[in-house]
Amino acid sequence: MDLIFSQLLDGLSIGAVLLLAATGLAIVFGLMGVINLAHGEFMMIGAYVTFVVQNIFRPLGGFAFESYYIIALIASFLVTAIFGVVLEKTLIRRLYGRPLETLLATWGISLILIQFVRSVSLAMVIGIAVTALLGWALQKFLPLPLKQASFASYLKGVLWTVAGIVGLIVISTTASIGRFFSNPWFGPRNLDVTPPKWLQGTWGSIAGIELPGIRIFIIILSALLIAAVVWFLTKSVWGVRIRAVTQNREMSNCLGIPTDSVDSITFGIGSGLAGVAGCAITLLGSVGPNLGGSYIVSCFMVIVLGGVGNLLGTIIASMMLGIIQSIIGSGSLLIAFPDMPNSLRSVVEFFATTSMSYVLVFIFIIAFLQFKPTGMFPQKGRSVEA
Amino acid sequence: MQPQESYPLANEFVLKASGLNVYYGESHILRNVDLQIPKGEMVCLIGRNGVGKTTFLKTIIGLLQQRSGSISYESNELLSQPPYQRARHGIGYVTQGRDIIPFLTVRENLLLGMEALPGGMAKNRHIDSFVYELFPILEQFLNRKGGDLSGGQQQQLAIARALLGKPKLLLLDEPTEGIQPSIILDIERAVQRIIQETGISVLLVEQHLHFVKQSSFYYAMQRGGIVSSGPTSSLSDAVIQEFLTV
Repeated sequence: MDLIFSQLLDGLSIGAVLLLAATGLAIVFGLMGVINLAHGEFMMIGAYVTFVVQNIFRPLGGFAFESYYIIALIASFLVTAIFGVVLEKTLIRRLYGRPLETLLATWGISLILIQFVRSVSLAMVIGIAVTALLGWALQKFLPLPLKQASFASYLKGVLWTVAGIVGLIVISTTASIGRFFSNPWFGPRNLDVTPPKWLQGTWGSIAGIELPGIRIFIIILSALLIAAVVWFLTKSVWGVRIRAVTQNREMSNCLGIPTDSVDSITFGIGSGLAGVAGCAITLLGSVGPNLGGSYIVSCFMVIVLGGVGNLLGTIIASMMLGIIQSIIGSGSLLIAFPDMPNSLRSVVEFFATTSMSYVLVFIFIIAFLQFKPTGMFPQKGRSVEA
Repeated sequence: MQPQESYPLANEFVLKASGLNVYYGESHILRNVDLQIPKGEMVCLIGRNGVGKTTFLKTIIGLLQQRSGSISYESNELLSQPPYQRARHGIGYVTQGRDIIPFLTVRENLLLGMEALPGGMAKNRHIDSFVYELFPILEQFLNRKGGDLSGGQQQQLAIARALLGKPKLLLLDEPTEGIQPSIILDIERAVQRIIQETGISVLLVEQHLHFVKQSSFYYAMQRGGIVSSGPTSSLSDAVIQEFLTV
């Protein structure tokens, strides 16, 4: 029974991470109708930010190192949020109302990000900075008649291509200087984040069952953050604006709500939540470039099951998914009930891998949607029927 | 056909549209529309369904962009300003579908009206009680969801919400459509009172004859162009027959 209970806690903590990530995804989808396939990679960025913060604080030792995780939480939120805002302003904004193109573009971004963390080195960063600066400067100092010419947009493309080629040359020349420039920072292998001591042990016990600090911490963190998001969306001025734009974009615009700022802020918050989820994941396992892909599918499942814009549904769905994965997927049922009949045993064994537990979840979702096509808690009332 | 009457010269106009051409994709909706709204007056735009009245309002608020022609508001040209900037400059819009934000409460919907004021909702937290005087029902329903109100109540909420932004020009798109007669009278009285007390200008798109007759000037639209205009007092039965679905 102890085993089941500890697996239950595992499931809840995985569910808590899913809840954070899925909430971010759902807020963005609800507001802008954008399905962000790069959401998982935002989680990965959050995880890598945590790794970097850890490495900065490690040499300091003592109390500074013990508290790094709190700083990493804040940093991972801020970095991914800024990243999300930049992405929204430069790319996603141009694709509004074109869901298929957005889907492809965000998928492309996720691939770029995965390769970026694999191969990022000092040389690469310098090259990208040169490209960005050169591209910007070429646009800026273009003579006015050329800027207004009918072929201006093609010219822009050519200029950016030139800047890109210069950037590539810069990368290859700086990389050839020495290993200091060409060594990848992270590389393709998995990295480990050491949780600080106060998270490692157990935090007391209930009825003889020990409470692992990391699991409890993640569950509490997720609960606090979700409460903060709910407060922000329901009570703050920007929250009312976000909800208004979500429900009626044109009218909100006509009332004087700056819809473009609302979009940026929402995308930033959604991305930031993914970053925090990524920071929490570092406590559960190692950090790798492919971290995002394994979570994004679960996030979508949570949203389908719980319904978009439905907090209670999202909470229940993410916890359910986490628990199914950890109790059935880990095969702990076999150990907890060693004397179950053979026929049942083979069925449980069949599903006792991570991928087979996904299959089980999918079967469940498909069956569930036959009976409740709009999710667990569909919205009711006059405005839905209209 | 009514002879085209020359429009009486007013000293100051809050809005002047001249030579407006608006397209939906490739279909030409508004053709060379000229329309002027004097300060502190109610101007009525009439015409049958589908002639382009709503398109005209959407162009003024900025949801649609004209292909040619100009809109001058308070002597400034509205070029490519997005709707929220036009709202902040004092154009209030009550749409035909009323467009209440359904899952926000009546109070939140009213607060959103003040987004058009400097500082927006963050600086303006107090709902002026004059909207409750105009529409007492709103005060009772402050904590209800906007989407749960009846059509007439939503219309009152939409007008109140627009007024809280203290507009200089109020665009009303068929405010009496599909609303029970007693509430139509309430709305008419409220609009009259607003014009008298605050001196704002109103552009009314309307089918309801009684309401039309309260405006000072009328413009009649047919197939996207203005075909007749003048003081409402000169509105003859022939014009009414032609442009209103009585």
